[in-house]
Amino acid sequence: MHEKQALGGKLLTKPFWVLLGLVMIAGLLLIKRFLFGIGAVTNLSDGYPWGLWIVYDVLIGTALGCGGYSIALLVYIFNKGEYHPLVRSALMTSAFGYTLAGVSIFIDIGRYWQMYNVFLPWHINVNSIMFEVAACIGAYVFVLWIEFSPTFLEHRKSMETKKKLNKILFFFIALGVLLPTMHQSSLGSLMIIAGEKLSPIWQTGWLPLLFLTTAITMGYAVVIFESLFSAAALKRPLDETPILGKLSVMMIPLLVFFLLLRFGDLIWRGQLGNIFDDGMLGAFFVVENVLFLIPIIMLASAKNRMKATTLFWSSGSMILAGALYRFDTFLVAFNPGVGYHYFPSASEILITVGIISIEIMAYLIFVKKLPVLPAIKHS
Amino acid sequence: MGTLLTSTESSEMSFSNELEAQGVSRRSFLKFCTAITAAMGLPATMVARVADAIASPTRTPVIWLHFQECTGCTESLLRTTHPTVEELVLDMISLDYSETLCAAAGHQVEKSLKDSAKLNEGKYILVVEGSIPVKENGIYCKIAGRTALDILNDYGSRAAAIVAIGSCASWGGVQSSSPNPTGATGVHEIIKDKPIINLPGCPASPYNLLSTILYYLTLGKLPQLDSKGRPKFAYGRLIHEHCERRPHFDAGRFALQFGDDGHREGYCLYKLGCKGPETYNNCSSILFGDVGSGAWPVGTGHPCFGCSEEGVGFTKYIHEQADVFTDSPPASYAKIDGEKAGGITVAGAAVAGAVGGVIVGASAMAAKKMKAEETAPESDA
Amino acid sequence: MNLERRDFLKVLSVGALTAGNVTSVFAGIRKTLSADAVGILYDGTICIGCKACEAACKQYNDMPPESANLEKAQGVEGIWDESYDLSEKTLNKIKLYEHGDASTRNSEENGFAFVKKACMHCVDPDCVSACPVTALTKNAVTGIVEYDKDACIGCRYCMVACPYNVPKFEYAEAIPEIVKCEMCNHRQAEGDIPACCEFCPTGASLFGKVTDLLEEARKRIKLVAGSTYEYPMRSLDEGDVSPKTVAPYINYIYGEKEGGGTQYLLLSAIPFTKLGLPELSASSSASKSEGIQHGVYKGMVAPIALLGGLLYGAYQTTKNSEG
Repeated sequence: MHEKQALGGKLLTKPFWVLLGLVMIAGLLLIKRFLFGIGAVTNLSDGYPWGLWIVYDVLIGTALGCGGYSIALLVYIFNKGEYHPLVRSALMTSAFGYTLAGVSIFIDIGRYWQMYNVFLPWHINVNSIMFEVAACIGAYVFVLWIEFSPTFLEHRKSMETKKKLNKILFFFIALGVLLPTMHQSSLGSLMIIAGEKLSPIWQTGWLPLLFLTTAITMGYAVVIFESLFSAAALKRPLDETPILGKLSVMMIPLLVFFLLLRFGDLIWRGQLGNIFDDGMLGAFFVVENVLFLIPIIMLASAKNRMKATTLFWSSGSMILAGALYRFDTFLVAFNPGVGYHYFPSASEILITVGIISIEIMAYLIFVKKLPVLPAIKHS
Repeated sequence: MGTLLTSTESSEMSFSNELEAQGVSRRSFLKFCTAITAAMGLPATMVARVADAIASPTRTPVIWLHFQECTGCTESLLRTTHPTVEELVLDMISLDYSETLCAAAGHQVEKSLKDSAKLNEGKYILVVEGSIPVKENGIYCKIAGRTALDILNDYGSRAAAIVAIGSCASWGGVQSSSPNPTGATGVHEIIKDKPIINLPGCPASPYNLLSTILYYLTLGKLPQLDSKGRPKFAYGRLIHEHCERRPHFDAGRFALQFGDDGHREGYCLYKLGCKGPETYNNCSSILFGDVGSGAWPVGTGHPCFGCSEEGVGFTKYIHEQADVFTDSPPASYAKIDGEKAGGITVAGAAVAGAVGGVIVGASAMAAKKMKAEETAPESDA
Repeated sequence: MNLERRDFLKVLSVGALTAGNVTSVFAGIRKTLSADAVGILYDGTICIGCKACEAACKQYNDMPPESANLEKAQGVEGIWDESYDLSEKTLNKIKLYEHGDASTRNSEENGFAFVKKACMHCVDPDCVSACPVTALTKNAVTGIVEYDKDACIGCRYCMVACPYNVPKFEYAEAIPEIVKCEMCNHRQAEGDIPACCEFCPTGASLFGKVTDLLEEARKRIKLVAGSTYEYPMRSLDEGDVSPKTVAPYINYIYGEKEGGGTQYLLLSAIPFTKLGLPELSASSSASKSEGIQHGVYKGMVAPIALLGGLLYGAYQTTKNSEG
């Protein structure tokens, strides 16, 4: 049907070496982190216990890993088979994103050697949203790799095993839609308990739905953005532009729903007039919503949706919008009190950069060695 | 000898000779003058004038009356180990009447009192030691058949100024403790039309008395007084503000019981009822008895009980806690909204900027490629 | 997509949304004090800022002194405590409010006053609700919020949740813990009272049963400024008193209602917002957060129903594919 093929080509290119170098730097900093504590490499403080690692590596990282979820929703639940070619690479990105989010959690939490406590029945606190997030993400990483495993089986030519797996795959696919629905919404709910520490412009009981909507939308955006970017970077033809153009339509109703819900909630709570009480927060709010609006405008016309550049910039804007929304909800609009300040330290950022580099390196290894990307049609 | 001296110089010379004869070198005398000038809060340039005043042959007449008192104030003046003080005071003034010090007694001494007052009318300093009972026309204290009230009104009306020495004369002292059966009162509540200087304390510090007299003799006027008629140079500060155990208070180290570890370490005595925070005096600075450091109640390990302060001494229980009511905390005290670290650093901003730059650059490059491809003609069917 | 599936999915989605109707969230006052709940009444009007409570707390909880400025300047550890706020080394902190020339104690204008910050031991603690591994628990008898380092994974969600920013984290340790006041429960187990109350010279920190402390607090805020009151010292049932002049109290007990109530109560002559204490509604953030969570996930009905629909859909799609 849709043939997938390993891209082949040289693995150890110059960019690959640069990425490796960044990973080495991060590795050294991580040694420092584990020897001397989190404070030795971050600017986290008692006012800001969560910083770049939680917000980018975990929150945004998992949202960027919602490609598999969003595509599975379309292909396997709403039976839109035309998007099937996108499944494999979306699942792969999701598997990377979630696995590395798990690694980032391991790095960030202070008592990592007891991380398994969150799965032990006698420790579990079912009232804690954090528990639900941890349990769902933990299970979902597992599910993603199983969903992606047909690629490995194909590569190793284990066709019999692959056939057997396909028979029960539907169970994992269903879980692979349920689990992200649960935890991507709960990731938003995490901030409800922050109460008045979170600005009332962002704090709302609708956080779970707002986060879920943006997560699904970011899933589509990532699939589009990554497909185009990797085609350009790996010098592949832009064969997928038509299917990506069709896909991009899905973002519009989701974004409209998001903006209506968000502003409707602000008006209902009487907060619309307070947006500019704090000038800086007001500016961030405006930027967020402009970034959410751009894809709606850019993708409105079917003609524009056929252009790779339009798709690229609009999906890029959506990713930025979702990322900024998460940064704002967890950091910028979070005010623990007078006197506290936070900006990630250089080491903190470099560790994140190292993790992203691993992700890109893994992507390159996988697409070059495994049948992930569609085969290139030759005339 | 043989050189021409001014009258001031010659009198000072003879005074110095007198001191030499008593074994006090001129150097010690000048050292003393420097110290007492400082104690009065006067600038160092005034030392010479103070020395002159002490050496002056003119002796101010002083009448010293005793009423309801223990004579502690006089005794503490006499008990100073530094001989100059007692000598100086008694040499600077002409103490015409003092029941403690006069050699004469009975009708003879009372006659000298009447004569001195008549001779120096309007010019003598009246020193009052002890409170004056006012209940039932003052019958609770009578000397030579006259009530204290009567005596005070008589001699007080003819004095140039009145020095109320000790807490008793300043505000009533121990006699005035509840229920105050005799109606013991301070001088200033009885005499209203004379300048009165209060020198409370139990006993009053003899140095404060000396300083007050010297100030008057040197400058011809009374020192600056606070709202309770006390010289500001001595009573302008709380004991608590000048206590050697204050760092212990600030650090929360207290003696909880006499003889416990904290007490042995010399910790703050606030919990034992020290009234330092409510009492104005300079005991902690000039101490008592001129015998060296630690010669004051707190220094010996007993809480101050506010003997000089009306409403505190002989009124509040000794181990009752003082109100720390005008104690402004030090500047380094932890404030409600303190600044904390964690903000943006140059390195952080630089790395963040670099990352942002890479993302933007890479995206721009990719978009360029995409644009090129979509505008280029189709290369394959 | 055939008609059957479309309708099924529609019903499912509407059902899921209704089940999680966020406007019907239960955000109320849902927890009450336990019968033997103990607490501390801090009366800022009689606090003299001596910090004996800080010194005692450090001593009886084996906390090291802080001397960050000295360490930064000279690279040596100080032997005295120079703390400026609650931290991983400081479990309680006296802070200074000052205004204008700061000449009169307990005066809002041109005055100064003290406030003691420590764990509020909330009746409905946000930190206990937030912790995924029950490392923070509320003792059923005393109501003290206690920390179990063997459960803790160091995720610091409790720090995000606490409206008073009480839990502190040992960022400088390779083996870090969460640190906060636990009302000297180790001392209480031996029949003693919290160190801060034991060593307070004026009775500003007073220990007792919360119900009794509330009664005492209500009595105090009704007293006439300038009158004399016999302030109990150390613990309400000890009977030791120290007479003092009453200051003009703000007619409010902080902690009576805040976030569902706290077991650490404060009185002051200065408005509490000026003392760095947040203005909170009577229901805790935990009640809102759990309300939404339970609303959606009650009995796991919605997730299971959704899973059922998803399984059906996924099966239909993949049953005929070769993979």
